[in-house]
Amino acid sequence: MSDDLMIEVKNLTKRYAGHTAVSNLSFTVGRGEIVGLLGPNGAGKSTTMRILSCFLPASSGTVRVAGLDVFTESREVRRRIGYMPENNPLHLDMRVREYLKFRARLKGLGRKRSRERADVVMEQCGLKDVSRTIIGHLSKGYRQRVGLADALVHEPELIILDEPTIGLDPRQIRAVRQLIKGLAASHTVLISTHILPEAEMTCSRMLILYEGKILAADTPENLQRLMDNTSRIVAEIAAPEIELQECWAQMPEIEQFDVSPTDGEYFRCALTARDGIDLRPRIFALTRERGWCLRELTRKRHSLEDIYVQVTRPEEEEEP
Amino acid sequence: MQAYWTLMRRELAGFFLSITGYVLLAGTTFLVGFSFWSLLRNLEGDSIPMPVTELFYMTAFFWLILLLAVPVITMRLFAHEKFSGTYETLMTTPVSDLQVLAAKFSAALALYMILWLPLLACIFILRHYTSDPTGLDAGVVGSTFLGIFLVGCLFISLGCFASALTRSQMTAAMISVVLCVSLFLVSFLAKQLPTSDWQAQVLSFFALRDQMHDFARGVVDTRPVVLYLSLTFFFLFLTLRVLGSRRWK
Repeated sequence: MSDDLMIEVKNLTKRYAGHTAVSNLSFTVGRGEIVGLLGPNGAGKSTTMRILSCFLPASSGTVRVAGLDVFTESREVRRRIGYMPENNPLHLDMRVREYLKFRARLKGLGRKRSRERADVVMEQCGLKDVSRTIIGHLSKGYRQRVGLADALVHEPELIILDEPTIGLDPRQIRAVRQLIKGLAASHTVLISTHILPEAEMTCSRMLILYEGKILAADTPENLQRLMDNTSRIVAEIAAPEIELQECWAQMPEIEQFDVSPTDGEYFRCALTARDGIDLRPRIFALTRERGWCLRELTRKRHSLEDIYVQVTRPEEEEEP
Repeated sequence: MQAYWTLMRRELAGFFLSITGYVLLAGTTFLVGFSFWSLLRNLEGDSIPMPVTELFYMTAFFWLILLLAVPVITMRLFAHEKFSGTYETLMTTPVSDLQVLAAKFSAALALYMILWLPLLACIFILRHYTSDPTGLDAGVVGSTFLGIFLVGCLFISLGCFASALTRSQMTAAMISVVLCVSLFLVSFLAKQLPTSDWQAQVLSFFALRDQMHDFARGVVDTRPVVLYLSLTFFFLFLTLRVLGSRRWK
């Protein structure tokens, strides 16, 4: 175990009665990283986070936070973690500042320090003008910020945020994202999300979770590149269908193609390239050469679903 | 200790931030007031050789308050937090289950004792306007309140247990009503059986009604004191196990 590891998960398995939520999960997160846990609903993100934050025990495997075991040294681990659960539960009957002071006291801060920290995090999260408002009267965006402020109030080494931007409007999402990015300097952050662009924008590394297993773990750029390797090109060309078919079949760079008629004389060609070659210049050159009319030429960006499909594919093929 | 006080203050404040605390206070004040009125009617007649606290105890409002107020106080303790999800944020702070339980139990107990203050006020009023202060001996009042406190401890620990079992406040309230009422009815069951039976003897140890009657008369018997305290600790212990169960489920 080395000092620069913040989270160390080894062979983590969590079984609920009847089903396995997380199976044999292993990953590490270094100090100062922002890591995104990505996956569809039910992939085991929340379960993993609950285990990391000492709320649930693991069925087997070891989990260490800052070198401490989450089960045997739970109190010490909890002192170091700022955790915001899914749906961000808050005491709706308390006022913002009062709530943050209460939470700071619970987390072991002194009276004076609690007051100071409450003021600091309110400033940090843009809660200054609602400090005396009852939380139940706040909008969802503000409540989310209160949850975030609570996670930060005791200056934890590790911040765990479960779906921090769920249910917010685009402007609020941007504000929260900005805030998370700002934390990077002094904290390690683990966030979960099922929105790919969100993870791309905030995280330095992403772990893709699917049915309790890690399918891919890499930087957003590398994952994107992985996707681009097999990206699909869509071209709409006015040409005889047979010629098009022949043309694609002869091109060695094309792995798969599909030609379907659209309106008028145009045909819609969906092409999959081999080995990540960018087909677009080739297609453009081809149409110019043959004197065909090209109406559309686009590269389909992969959505998260495609990534799931992509990374799950090899496995599915192995299983008959 | 810091976590305990912080939580305990928050719990107690929670009763008064919601309508629960005020409804309970209004309800008990009304019932105590009503029994005070009927007590005064009784006192107008012939002299009765009983302390005032015993007369109050005899009005049947006593158990009504106890059996209704306690489940309402305790139902929200854990069930509400589990339902709203704040239980998760609470349990991921560096506090122990014991601190949480102790804070919630003592906050409920404090509210419960506050609810009985109107009775004390009634006794003071009576004392002020009565010519004969012997019927209102401080010792008798003290033993009555000791009884109220001990029965309260027991019922609140039952309520804590019920609330820890479920996510629904209604279910928690129903479980604790059932537990409290059945414990209360044991006193009547003992009376139905022939006294020579060993069953009757065992049941008579749990005869809350008679034991509380003794407290109201100014008799402090150590047996019920031990019984109430040990049952309280027993149910608090069970609650603690329920809270800890999330770790071995």
